Amino acid sequence: MPGITREEVAHLARLARLELKAEELDHFAGQLDDIIGAVARVAEVADRDVPPTSHPLPLTNVMRADEVRPSLTSEQALSCAPAQEQQRFKVPQILGED
Amino acid sequence: MTDSPIIKLTAAEIAARIASGALTAVEVTEAHLARIEAVDEKVHAFLHIDREGALAQARAVDEKRERGETLGPLAGVPLALKDIFTTAGIPTTVGSKILEGWIPPYDATLTRRLKEADVVILGKTNMDEFAMGSSTENSAYGPTGNPWDLTRIPGGSGGGSSAALASYEAPLAIGTDTGGSIRQPAAVTGTVGVKPTYGAVSRYGMVAFSSSLDQGGPCARTVLDAALLHEVIAGHDPLDSTSIDAPVPPVVEAARNGSVEGMRVGVVRQFRGEGYQAGVVQRFDESVRLLKELGAEIVELDCPSFDLALSAYYLIAPSECSSNLARFDGLRYGLRVGDDGTRSAEDVTSLTREEGFGDEVKRRIMLGTYALSSGYYDAYYGSAQKVRTLIKQDFERAFEQVDVIVSPTTPTTAFPIGERADDPMAMYLADLCTIPTNLAGNAAMSLPCGLAPEDGLPVGLQIIAPAMKDERLYRVGAAVEAAFVARWGHPLLEEAPSL
Repeated sequence: MPGITREEVAHLARLARLELKAEELDHFAGQLDDIIGAVARVAEVADRDVPPTSHPLPLTNVMRADEVRPSLTSEQALSCAPAQEQQRFKVPQILGED
Repeated sequence: MTDSPIIKLTAAEIAARIASGALTAVEVTEAHLARIEAVDEKVHAFLHIDREGALAQARAVDEKRERGETLGPLAGVPLALKDIFTTAGIPTTVGSKILEGWIPPYDATLTRRLKEADVVILGKTNMDEFAMGSSTENSAYGPTGNPWDLTRIPGGSGGGSSAALASYEAPLAIGTDTGGSIRQPAAVTGTVGVKPTYGAVSRYGMVAFSSSLDQGGPCARTVLDAALLHEVIAGHDPLDSTSIDAPVPPVVEAARNGSVEGMRVGVVRQFRGEGYQAGVVQRFDESVRLLKELGAEIVELDCPSFDLALSAYYLIAPSECSSNLARFDGLRYGLRVGDDGTRSAEDVTSLTREEGFGDEVKRRIMLGTYALSSGYYDAYYGSAQKVRTLIKQDFERAFEQVDVIVSPTTPTTAFPIGERADDPMAMYLADLCTIPTNLAGNAAMSLPCGLAPEDGLPVGLQIIAPAMKDERLYRVGAAVEAAFVARWGHPLLEEAPSL
């Protein structure tokens, strides 16, 4: 398995929406490399005929009747919003100006 | 100030005295609030204390009793609630700066059940940020001290809950266990902690870290108290699709009838070896001898896949966390950083997450992002899921031969605060014995089995049962507890230094 480079950490941070500082990139690159090195042993069983388990319980989709029920008021839902306007969440621009 | 003798009572004793009128719920709540005021500056078990709310709940219990209404089994008993469960009108931070000051508009199902059972919620306890850690040092609000030695860790992520119990600030607490966060803190503080079967306690309103592993459960100073709390919080919840729709096992009855007579108890070879402290192994071996004296048959077991459990866990948990924590984007609630009118939502989200998350959370998000990324998915996340299957099969084979498995809960006693802070792999080893159970979804308990001779700190005995057989934990736990307390002449916690 390849080691994790500083550039790879920068790429992962972008994917994970974390604006890491330069010193964090160095710090995490070493640590992530150590951790991945230690846990990579799981791949030793990968080619064996073992079914994967994603969840301890067999899960089935749970449906409920589609009926109107009491829920949070818009005031309650917006009560923790960092910014709001006209009973809506106010968010920074999604699309660029160009 | 002299502490009220009320704080040394068990939850069962408090409930009985309130029911008989020997004590009022207000007296009990005031005694614990006074204890919190006296010692919590040193211990830092709590992030938020709801003085007024607790007293109002207590007054309601007293009025109910005066009206002659039937009281629940834990009515009026104070409880310390891990800050991972939402509480309407009371801050919920998950130990993170990203939720500083957040006041949820709704109660978690567990919170609601506690309130309906007339349990008095004293406040919210300190924890590793988003329940990631084994020491409570990752809290954005500062570490919690272990009441046995305030320079040492109280375990994590539920260190606040276990420290509140061990410092007599509350007789009951709630924790959550993703890789051992109820059992490991219980072990290092000399208290009792139970991870119920996965799906036994609703996860609705519990801030998700790793959804296929997270499990809420009871923390207490005695096995019976844990059982009483277990019955209050467990049971099917239609709001949680992973909640088990089956009757709650008879845990209280089991805790009242402790016995190991004729039981087959497994000892797993993989739960010892390098990294285990000598005093921990010594106390564990004594516990196995005790079980034998009490009439159990000891069976040696081999569970070879347990050697890979830690590795599988540190791929699965971060993968699920990287996905679960994507909701913390600074748009609808919590912190928002850098919104100056010129930045895009994506930039604001990145700046918010950088500012709001601590190191361990960032480390796991990136680890998960890596393990799930194209090209590495099969080698890491996919392989970890196969290991999970092998661990489940090891448990299934083991439980064909034995009724329960026992092991040390942790390989060492409480380590000094700061000792493992810069070495994530060393920190992760704290959960070596607890993680296989989370991966398989079965039930486990930790209870005190003595002090390690070399440092005088508590050692935990772990009992593991098959899924849906939680009552076995309580039957065995109660027998072991009774035998140990008889041998010591008092509960282990009485040997802790006074604060």
